[in-house]
Amino acid sequence: MTAILDLWAAFRPALGSALLLVGAVLAVIGTVGVLRFPDFYSRLHAASITDTAAATLALVGMALLAPSFAVVFKLAVVWLFLFLTGPTSSHALANAAHTAGLQPLIGRVGSENGGEG
Amino acid sequence: MIGAAAIALVVAIALMLIRALSGPTLYDRVLAVNSIGTKIILLLGVIGFLTGRPDFLDISILYALINFVATIAILKFFRYRSFQVSLTRRGKGGTK
Amino acid sequence: MGYFLGLIVVLVALWTGLSGEYTLTKPLIATLGAISILLSGLLAYRFDILDREGSPYARLPQFLAYWAWLVVEIFKANWVVIKACLRSTLDINPALVKVKTGCESDLARTVFANSITLTPGTVSVEVEGNKILVHALYEDSAGPGAFDDMDRRSREACDGKAKS
Repeated sequence: MTAILDLWAAFRPALGSALLLVGAVLAVIGTVGVLRFPDFYSRLHAASITDTAAATLALVGMALLAPSFAVVFKLAVVWLFLFLTGPTSSHALANAAHTAGLQPLIGRVGSENGGEG
Repeated sequence: MIGAAAIALVVAIALMLIRALSGPTLYDRVLAVNSIGTKIILLLGVIGFLTGRPDFLDISILYALINFVATIAILKFFRYRSFQVSLTRRGKGGTK
Repeated sequence: MGYFLGLIVVLVALWTGLSGEYTLTKPLIATLGAISILLSGLLAYRFDILDREGSPYARLPQFLAYWAWLVVEIFKANWVVIKACLRSTLDINPALVKVKTGCESDLARTVFANSITLTPGTVSVEVEGNKILVHALYEDSAGPGAFDDMDRRSREACDGKAKS
């Protein structure tokens, strides 16, 4: 039993750092998506990667690195708050754009203008 | 490795600034600013762990609150051109 | 009254967790915490938001179960959008779809629409009555019946299994 706990204590910082790094890389990927996608509504989908997966993985990684329980609690509060407000902001943005008459691009977007957009 | 994560987040923020500056519509810019806010929340936490001072997490919670309110306030302003319109709740009979 | 008590319990838990004062050895900080908690409760009462939407803690177990299921769904949907971001030639197929929901209470509809938005690849654009306008990154991910499972689960989490 103690062997497992020792292994966990040795393994925990490495796992935490790795998860944190994966979360940060996902944030970069979401940003690349925002830069590449052709219209506002599809950019919204790319931005939601940052709000969900990147935030979750980075905060779980930080929780594994945390020195005390109070820090874990604060990270949990940040995570809960991001998950409650993220969709509200996205919906408010989409709804405002729709009400203002911004038309979404419908149908398959081919490869003729891939790369920049 | 934590430093690498911080650098990646800074790169993401810098790339997102391009969208915030060049975005063709207002909503692209608001989306970019909101997304930068989310990344800054994460970056503040990472900085706290880099410097060994988890007190930065309090700032990060505060930033999450302000980021949300700012997004809603900007959208409300550009929809009604005023902050003084009350957003009443539906289905309560309008007793306010 | 139950809603008020639930709100107070959650506020006390939040305050103790954030301040790190579990032992109440510092009277000044404990007093300030009590004052701020009571003030928040009073403001919530004055704003008239003490109902099952403002303080939905009675159904916490169901919400937690739904939340766990939702997080798994979010990670599955993330994978699709990540692949779409990284593909060398852009290949997306956006569509606007009208989704009909069986949720009847406002709380259930809010949870359902927020779940759609939270899942990458689909965003709820407008809610009118029991129809939700959804913008999807891939048309086939929002086809007929794609949201039935989520609809049923959010309804059960909010309103119970009374009628199906």
